[in-house]
Amino acid sequence: MSNSKFTRRGVLRTGAATGAGLALPTIFTSSAAAFTNEPKGPNVVFGFNVPQTGPYAEEGLDELRAQQLAVEHINGEGDGGALNTFSSKALQGNGLLGKKVTYVTGDTQTKSDAARASAKSMIEKDGAIMINGGSSSGVAVAVQALCQEAGVIFMAGLTHANDTTGKDKRRHGFRHFFNAYMSGAALAPVLAKAYGTDRRAYHLTADYNWGWTQEASIKAATEALGWETVATVRTPLTATDFSSYLAPVLNSGADVLVLNHYGGNMVNSLTQAVQFGMRDKIVNGKQFEIVVPLYSELMAEGAGSAVQGVYGSMNWNWQLSDEGTKAFVKSFGEKYGRPPSNSAQTCYAQVILYADAVARAGSFHPCAVIEALEGFEFDGLGNGPTLYRADDHQCFKDVLVVKGKENPKNQYDILEIVEKTPVEQVWYEPDHPMFAGGELGPCNPGE
Amino acid sequence: MDAIILQTLNGLDKGSAYALIALGLTIIFGTLGVVNFAHGALFMLGAFCAVVFNRLLSLSYITIDPTQTDFLGNPLKVETPYVIGWFGPEAGQAIIDWSVPLSILLVIPVMGLLGLAMERGLIRYFYRRPHADQILVTFGLAIVLQEIVKYFFGANPIPTPAPPAMAGGADVGMLLGFPENAIVYPVWRLFYTFFAAVVIAAVFGFLQFTTFGMVVRAGMADRETVQLLGIDINRRFAVMFAIAAIVAGLAGAMYAPINSPNYHMGMDFLVLSFVVVVVGGMGSLPGAVAAGFLLGILEAYASLDAVKQILPSIDQIIIYIVAIVILLTRPRGLMGRKGVMEE
Repeated sequence: MSNSKFTRRGVLRTGAATGAGLALPTIFTSSAAAFTNEPKGPNVVFGFNVPQTGPYAEEGLDELRAQQLAVEHINGEGDGGALNTFSSKALQGNGLLGKKVTYVTGDTQTKSDAARASAKSMIEKDGAIMINGGSSSGVAVAVQALCQEAGVIFMAGLTHANDTTGKDKRRHGFRHFFNAYMSGAALAPVLAKAYGTDRRAYHLTADYNWGWTQEASIKAATEALGWETVATVRTPLTATDFSSYLAPVLNSGADVLVLNHYGGNMVNSLTQAVQFGMRDKIVNGKQFEIVVPLYSELMAEGAGSAVQGVYGSMNWNWQLSDEGTKAFVKSFGEKYGRPPSNSAQTCYAQVILYADAVARAGSFHPCAVIEALEGFEFDGLGNGPTLYRADDHQCFKDVLVVKGKENPKNQYDILEIVEKTPVEQVWYEPDHPMFAGGELGPCNPGE
Repeated sequence: MDAIILQTLNGLDKGSAYALIALGLTIIFGTLGVVNFAHGALFMLGAFCAVVFNRLLSLSYITIDPTQTDFLGNPLKVETPYVIGWFGPEAGQAIIDWSVPLSILLVIPVMGLLGLAMERGLIRYFYRRPHADQILVTFGLAIVLQEIVKYFFGANPIPTPAPPAMAGGADVGMLLGFPENAIVYPVWRLFYTFFAAVVIAAVFGFLQFTTFGMVVRAGMADRETVQLLGIDINRRFAVMFAIAAIVAGLAGAMYAPINSPNYHMGMDFLVLSFVVVVVGGMGSLPGAVAAGFLLGILEAYASLDAVKQILPSIDQIIIYIVAIVILLTRPRGLMGRKGVMEE
């Protein structure tokens, strides 16, 4: 027989009391944290999620340079860059709400699952309050959804698919970069002026959400001006040799080839199209032409002389002459010895815009930041007057139509700005069919 | 008809690359019994030899041109290649323009030494290990080589153009009686097919008509007997590894104007080349070459619009379908030897 003084009832009572005691601090903590990763110490952490490996690693590296520069400027280091020309004066160059901005980085690998994993790690382990970066729409859509669930803000980097602020838009996601619809709206009139309205186009399209929306956008915009679409052919994202896709173009009766490709796809398809003699060919009595609707300086550099005379569109270019561009290019150029790409500029602007929204809201609370960003009108960051539309979190500003320079003087002198298309021409209503479906949903403070 | 001719030419140049890589893979497997997953990386390194050679020839001295400014408004630094200074603008520029074909001069010693170093320094320790171990170590090596290249050259493709005289298209149709410009095919791709044929013929000739080649073939057939005759077959096989590396390097260097070199290009070819080797028959050199061209041409035909209208996306899976059919009907591949990978 046992002499123990423990009774079953006593053990249960003690266990319940201990459990409640242990749970108490958690309850207090939970209620004390009003939102995910509320900064408690002297620092606030930003998460920069960019491709550091994989086919867009060079873009990612340039984005990272710009993000680091933005953090320096927010903390009052360096020359202040475009903070000096930014229309909002909420940022004083002394950190953010009394805290120093620090950052962690993640590698998206240009893969949605890897990008989600690295963003999740930065949010859960490093306490990142905002995620910025990325060079792919697939990645942007995936990370945007994750940030919505986690209750942090996603300031998208380079993402051009309509879906990012269309059917996949989220309350916590914001896009400064332009989109495929805007490319079509800006590019089509210039193409019609340069090549006429009686043209037959053949599309080669990267087979994923960005390629599909770009193809649909360019097709709609050019057909509205009288062009005929001969064929739309999807190419795998992993393709490197496009010769078997290019050969049928020559016999299709088309006189324009539209390459809805980006990155390594664009470099290879454009280079190979030129090798097939397409730029020298006369079809239907007209000079055969090639169009690359979305340009990037880094990719154009990769394609070398093949880009000469080829039209495309851009969100921004370092050759613009506004004060915001000049300040950013000077700051970036002096630090890194090369002009920034348009993916770098969009990331720089996004980091500054987030910090500014926090400063104006006087809080890191995501709902307050969202409110500060929605409908925000600003200038001086390099793209001229810009609106962050509240309905879909898409920035509206002028769009650049560019062309590969015929006689480049140096390695950065690759593209020339042909036209600065006014924002009114690329404007669309939030319920436009290409952006239909999806809801921003509610703000989610998390925790 | 013109579409079929175009895709036949297309299949030949695709097949050339497949055949050259598969030939090297088969040489290594047939002699050393090693499944070399780093072979794609050797192809990539060959392409980067062309890049390096171009950069060596383009080494420049800098002068300041006060009449022009850079992107920051500073006086422009003008780079003038030394070869232009030495040989004059026309001859100097011609040397730089022809850097890809001339890069053979760099590819052969560099890839040969690299192949020897790989074999002596790493691969030989895995001869008696299971194929799974060989695959793991060579795959790991491929990743290391890739990352080294990315560290020094970045992740972006590097434009490496063909000489201007070979950069455009050739009117192949005119030769066949078609109207002008009906069938235009890139000159460099035609040259690549020709170059591949020469390299393949050279490798076969070397194995067939030299004493060294005869010993190697004997060693491939019966390694133990050759060793019993007092011949150091391992040393000869190490040389064959170097030759396989040179073949892969040459294939990569000459491919640079077709696909701008990037650190990942070897991996893009590796899986396809293994399929080629399996279809051709493990260890069979003629099989590897025949399967390379066969699969290249089939892949090109599967890209014809008429075919894709009936079987959408067939061009992306045709090679694997053929591989499955061949493995089901001829498990040793088209020309596979009995006993290879069958124990």
